[in-house]
Amino acid sequence: MIRRQARRFQGAPQDSAASSTASHRQGRAPLKPDGYALFWGSPLALWQGLFFLAPLAFLVLMSFWSVKNFRLEPDLTGANWVGMWRKGYVVDTYVRTLGYGALAAVVSSLIAFPASYALAFKTSAATRRLGIFLLITPFFTSYTVRIYSWQGVLSDDGILNALFGYVGIGPVAMLNTLFGTVIGYLTLCLPLVILLQLFSLSNVDRSLIEAAHNLGCGRIRTVILVIIPSAKVGLILAATFAFILSFGDFVSPVSLGGSKPPTLSILIVDTVKQGNHWPRAAVIAVTMVVTLIVVAFTALYFAYAHRRARS
Amino acid sequence: MTVDRLIRRMLRAYVVIALGFVFVPIVISFIFSFNSDRFPTLPLGSFSTEWYEAIFSEGQVPVAFRTSLIVGGAVALLSTFIGFAAAYTDFRYRFFGKSVYMSLALLPPTIPVLILGLTMLMFLSRVSLVGEIHSVVIAHVVFCMPFAMALIRLRLSQMDPDLERAAWNLGASSWRAMLGVIVPFALPAILSALFLTAAVSFDEFMIAFFVGGVNETVPVRVLNMMQGQVSPRINAVGSLVFAISMTLVIVAQFLLMMRRPGRPMLRRT
Repeated sequence: MIRRQARRFQGAPQDSAASSTASHRQGRAPLKPDGYALFWGSPLALWQGLFFLAPLAFLVLMSFWSVKNFRLEPDLTGANWVGMWRKGYVVDTYVRTLGYGALAAVVSSLIAFPASYALAFKTSAATRRLGIFLLITPFFTSYTVRIYSWQGVLSDDGILNALFGYVGIGPVAMLNTLFGTVIGYLTLCLPLVILLQLFSLSNVDRSLIEAAHNLGCGRIRTVILVIIPSAKVGLILAATFAFILSFGDFVSPVSLGGSKPPTLSILIVDTVKQGNHWPRAAVIAVTMVVTLIVVAFTALYFAYAHRRARS
Repeated sequence: MTVDRLIRRMLRAYVVIALGFVFVPIVISFIFSFNSDRFPTLPLGSFSTEWYEAIFSEGQVPVAFRTSLIVGGAVALLSTFIGFAAAYTDFRYRFFGKSVYMSLALLPPTIPVLILGLTMLMFLSRVSLVGEIHSVVIAHVVFCMPFAMALIRLRLSQMDPDLERAAWNLGASSWRAMLGVIVPFALPAILSALFLTAAVSFDEFMIAFFVGGVNETVPVRVLNMMQGQVSPRINAVGSLVFAISMTLVIVAQFLLMMRRPGRPMLRRT
């Protein structure tokens, strides 16, 4: 524990130094709490403190409350935590949701890589800009509408099965399967993963690649031994984002996966609906937030591990 | 050399396929919003605008559009102001606990929206702030502000901090320097942050669903329609939302590219 903290302290100044060497050289003003500084500094602290930190703290607190006759009562009981984690299906669902998140991270990273590689190295700057624009577009279409649209594509009498019918296959069950859920996760993550991979690949030093080629390194070996290690930070970040988004997603597993088997998000909603048991829902929610924070920090640690060791 | 060309072609084809996957649901939704058939399948029926007429004759959708516009506008103003203040604080000051302070500005989008919505509902209902339009605004600002902060911080990082100092040395007060130097420099980012946060708020459905109560925004209406029956009206609403969001984004993009005031003022990179 102490060692981990020490490591974090070592990491911190270097990380910030890397990002803002220039402003450090020119010297950032130490905060003097005059009216001007308070005016600009306090809105974030006030708003996020009141409406982000306080709700999160309340969520943790509520996981220790009890429910009597369908009414919430302030309490300090560990019964919700013990009760939830003693149930086999909660543990199963936790493991399954972790697996789905990991699956989404791996699948979207693998599918994205050739595309981001091509955009980074094999296209003109104009094409790349167009590609980036096209990849940003989906963020501004409603995710629910896109999932609704996939329902029409994947359902038994939907568009894909109609096409399959013309060539005499099917109908193939795609809706309400894991395949459907993964299509939903890809809809959610793929544009972001391609973009993040693309940005990190664009920063790979071209002379490294040329050097590898000149030294007789083949195409695939260059990708594996030169390009992927150089772009490691961005690739890990992209996969982490895919995990974070899919782990917490509610719409895809419900609308494309058919809610069975459930994920943690579905479990939360069911827990609230059945018997109004908010404290138990809070237990799952806190578990999810803690899991995401642990995963994010672990990923960051691995992403920057090599860099830290070198400096 | 021919192998190189072949690989290049295959990779480009792959990019087209990947983009195709991303755009399939968007395009299909658009096509079927003009299709006369009730169920989305092939072959297509005839061209029809009945679903667009249906959503505008049904009272709830126009009301939802109105709610979305009010929420989007308020969220854009508030989150851009708070985002700008935070970005400027990060740009100008160093202080104890700064990394914690900045994580307040970056963490919210990494928390699943389901949990954010649920948590907000639990908390806001305790302090009697739930089920109103301003509840949605409060919750959306938490979620949208980080985007504004990131955008404006990026712009400020292109500015030489000495510019502000020069203004002070020439006798300008902190406030005067803010209005005369910082704000004009950051203006393109401020404007695009306004449009971007409006667009993010316009699309967000989970938090709005939990804390909004009967005040449905457009995506919440879509969600409720989806839980009902299959209806191409969803496609029609979706295509409209897409058109509005894209307009906002393109305007934001245009503003960001249009004005690069004081190119020579940029720090050498």
